[in-house]
Amino acid sequence: MSYHIVVCGSIVPDPLQTLEPVTGPQGPALKNEMMLPAVLDPWAGHALYEAANLAKNVPDSKVWLVSLGPKAKLQQVMMNVAQKVPFELVVLDGPSGGFTEAEEVAAHLAKAIESIDGLDKSKLLLFGGWQSASRGTGAVMQIVGETLGIVDQFQGVDKLEPQADGSMQVKERMEGGSYLVSTLSAPPAVFGWATGTLPEPPNNPQVGMQNMRFIMPAIQKAQPAQVGAAGVEFKSVELPAQRRETRVVKDVPAADIAREIVDWIKG
Amino acid sequence: MERLRTLPGDDVRQIMWRFADRYDLQMVVQSSRSVARTTAARLVADGARNTHEWTPEKAELLKAFDASGLTGMFMEPEQGGFLAGPKNLAMCLVAFELSWVDGGAATCNLATDLALAPIHERGTQEQKDYYMSKCVPPQPGEDREVWRGAFALTEPLPYVGVDTGVVSGKVRIDEWKEGEEPMLQVEKRGRFITNMAFANFVTAAVNTDDERIKSSCMVILEEGDEGTYDPGAPTLKMVHQLSATNDPVLSLKVPASRIIGGYTVQDGMIVPNYSHGEIIAAVFQRTRIPVGVMTSAKLLSAVEPVIRYQRGRFRGGESKPGTPRYELGLQQNEDANHRLLDVWSTGESMASLGFAAGRMADDFDPIEKEKERIFAEQEIKGPRAQMKALKPKEQDAIEMIQLRAKPEGDRDQARLDALEADPLVQYSYLSAMSNVYIPACKLWNTGYGCQMMREAVAMMGGYGITEDCPGFLGQKWMDAQLEATYEGPEVVQRRQLALSMTGPVFAAQLTAWIDELRLHAQETPGRGHCTLATAFELWAWTVEHLQSAKDPEGKPLMHGRRQGVTFALADALAWLVAVKCFMDDVDELAEKGPMNAVVAEGLDALVDFFGDMATWQAARAAGEAGRVAADLVFGYILHPDCAGECCSADAAGNLFEGAEAFYALRRKVDAAVAGARLAKDRAAADLTKVMIPEALDYPL
Ligand SMILES: Cc1cc2nc3c(=O)[nH]c(=O)nc-3n(C[C@H](O)[C@H](O)[C@H](O)COP(=O)(O)OP(=O)(O)OC[C@H]3O[C@@H](n4cnc5c(N)ncnc54)[C@H](O)[C@@H]3O)c2cc1C
Repeated sequence: MSYHIVVCGSIVPDPLQTLEPVTGPQGPALKNEMMLPAVLDPWAGHALYEAANLAKNVPDSKVWLVSLGPKAKLQQVMMNVAQKVPFELVVLDGPSGGFTEAEEVAAHLAKAIESIDGLDKSKLLLFGGWQSASRGTGAVMQIVGETLGIVDQFQGVDKLEPQADGSMQVKERMEGGSYLVSTLSAPPAVFGWATGTLPEPPNNPQVGMQNMRFIMPAIQKAQPAQVGAAGVEFKSVELPAQRRETRVVKDVPAADIAREIVDWIKG
Repeated sequence: MERLRTLPGDDVRQIMWRFADRYDLQMVVQSSRSVARTTAARLVADGARNTHEWTPEKAELLKAFDASGLTGMFMEPEQGGFLAGPKNLAMCLVAFELSWVDGGAATCNLATDLALAPIHERGTQEQKDYYMSKCVPPQPGEDREVWRGAFALTEPLPYVGVDTGVVSGKVRIDEWKEGEEPMLQVEKRGRFITNMAFANFVTAAVNTDDERIKSSCMVILEEGDEGTYDPGAPTLKMVHQLSATNDPVLSLKVPASRIIGGYTVQDGMIVPNYSHGEIIAAVFQRTRIPVGVMTSAKLLSAVEPVIRYQRGRFRGGESKPGTPRYELGLQQNEDANHRLLDVWSTGESMASLGFAAGRMADDFDPIEKEKERIFAEQEIKGPRAQMKALKPKEQDAIEMIQLRAKPEGDRDQARLDALEADPLVQYSYLSAMSNVYIPACKLWNTGYGCQMMREAVAMMGGYGITEDCPGFLGQKWMDAQLEATYEGPEVVQRRQLALSMTGPVFAAQLTAWIDELRLHAQETPGRGHCTLATAFELWAWTVEHLQSAKDPEGKPLMHGRRQGVTFALADALAWLVAVKCFMDDVDELAEKGPMNAVVAEGLDALVDFFGDMATWQAARAAGEAGRVAADLVFGYILHPDCAGECCSADAAGNLFEGAEAFYALRRKVDAAVAGARLAKDRAAADLTKVMIPEALDYPL
């Protein structure tokens, strides 16, 4: 058994930046959005690294990353991502912010996946983040799956283990820190990843050089994708108010720090 | 109107520093940034700098370099690296990213490359292949240790220095059996040798101590060689603690094949193909650039922490959100913004100069190899013979500069193409230019940069000199002093500049620059182009004047031993060349920015901001050049009777022939500064509005 793993993932403004909602000419947006540094959506990142790891361990498997985002910004982010794991990039040029309609985004992604050359649906594992850093609807991956006719769906996935008989064991997050463990008999299926279990892979410029040879042309010939929020009116947009209460302390044992945090949480 | 919106991001820098079309370099930037802001930053924050010893914690850096791919960056793909071609710009970018956080981490990364540089520049093919491939980390499936190197030029006190005329390390023949390779005995004691705590090999400069060895040379010493390979005690340095520095004792028996660049046997004598001086000149020509870039990163990295500090300065007090005191903090005060702008514009000029020098070295590398090939073919050997052969090419290089300066329709394009296609003409041009750019970069970036770093630290008040200062500014200030010392203290750079700044090829380029800047000044007035053009004119006039001027004893002023004259001119030139590079980069941004969708948004505002900064920096540089010119031109004239020409009510100040011409130029320089303070006001005001990230770049 080998897998064709398609990861849906795009970029988000670096969450460490000051993100200020404004109303732009095309509707709601973030202040200076184009000029803010972008990063790979962390949820999608987990999905990508899990995909690469799975592909590495299962011979003849392959990974695609499908991204709907502004292509000018994608290039920059790919300089970093491409060095981590091997994949092939499929790009749709469009806005990637949190203000686009999930359904429209999903429709474009599904279409792009359909048109991937050589993709074998019987081997398809569709990966994505269960949410994204720019929107928390948790809807995109579900709709993409439905559109592609994939009904086996898992959300909040932290672990995916192929079994000897070709089935897969899936661990999904549940409330209260518990897991729901299921068995999937065979692909295709949708997996909305939580954090997974893997650390971010170290950079490997050799992998990067290999990837970039295909990534650059992919970005260059990206098709424009019209996505927006037509017909939707945002009554108000608000980021969680930032609160930083930083104290610089040195040489405090970890246990003391932990105790202090627990006390704080207890109020 | 909104001007500068966010701090300039990668897309902007790629255009300014000309690597927008090099994704390999952009990847290198990402790799080094991730090491800098995780491993290196954590080490500094955890106080790893508080010991002189090379600790297991510090050694984590080496692992991080290996894992991120930085270790193999210096090597060619066939040696296990991933970047093909010249790597000077790449090394500058790595140095920039790492020293954005910690200069010692940068040095630690660059030191093996420095050890390899003599082999890279002048080694035999076998030496190159052998050592380079040992220094790349193992590929998947391979099981071997990564080799690290150290470079030993400097000697124990009192002979430290990089003055290549004094080398007390020795080499003699230990054994030379008939028909076999001679065995050499090498004695070298080093001081301040970076990487020595863990180096597996050392490239060492040694003098001949044997009449059967013709000249000095550089040799490669390995850990496993017979004899003493003692890394020695760590140097008790107060800077760059994330690099290892020791004072080794080396007394080893090695085969003659370790002579870098090989040797021939003539009349029973070993004749090294390159003396140590020739190799070191080639090495330092390049490796000094990243050091200059390192200091520039320090200044630019200070901008954000200072803004953050300034804005939050009064928040702990009574001030309430929404009040200017709360929102702007110290940035309510003009001086705070003005000073920060000085730091920033200095940092920009430093970076622009450093990266320009790096690119120039990349252009120069293949040309230099081609020159070597041609001379080998024509059997022109030795520096003297080569210089003679190159002499006529100088004229061609000057012609090339003049043709390039003409508008495209008006010049003999065929002739220009022919000149540009001649590698010896290019060699002549690029060596003249890089002999100015490189020492200027090392000198001004580290020397003046160090002074400006003090300003940055001062802007953080008492916080600045604590270990907790965001951006590690206090440590960076200390480190900057070392960068001014590494690979030759400032005086060594001034000496090199003093020789090269009066060359005819550079003079021709200077003239072309002045014309070009004047043209720019007409196209985009108020961006400092004309200030700089005029300052260049004054500098060139002063050089020419001093070349014939004499002191009251009739001794010439422009003279190698008159460092009071030549060094001051060298300093002034470095200021000017740095702004020139900054302006070039701003012009490049204005031209290429619109083609980049990310940069295009807000580009005009950004260019205006940078333009104002460049204008202000040009005024500072012009002021510096004017001051130096005036004190050199007048300072060596006996002070006349004070009722006379110098300071009486109607004194004309005509203390020498031609003084009128000098005054006319100085007046022009003063007038050309018009508007510079207004530009500074505008740019400084921008600082109060620019958006900075919510979180720190790297931890406290
Ligand atoms: C942490 C550290 C790491 C180092 N790593 C290495 C390494 O790996 N390998 C290596 O080979 N070296 C290394 N060095 C040595 C370094 O390159 C030298 O310290 C540096 O070149 C300066 O030499 P010096 O200390 O002997 O100063 P000097 O050359 O003695 O200069 C001191 C001062 O004397 C004056 N002066 C000197 N010469 C002249 C002159 N001709 N005319 C006028 N004034 C003059 C100037 O004011 C100068 O600043 C390292 C140094 C340090 C501190």
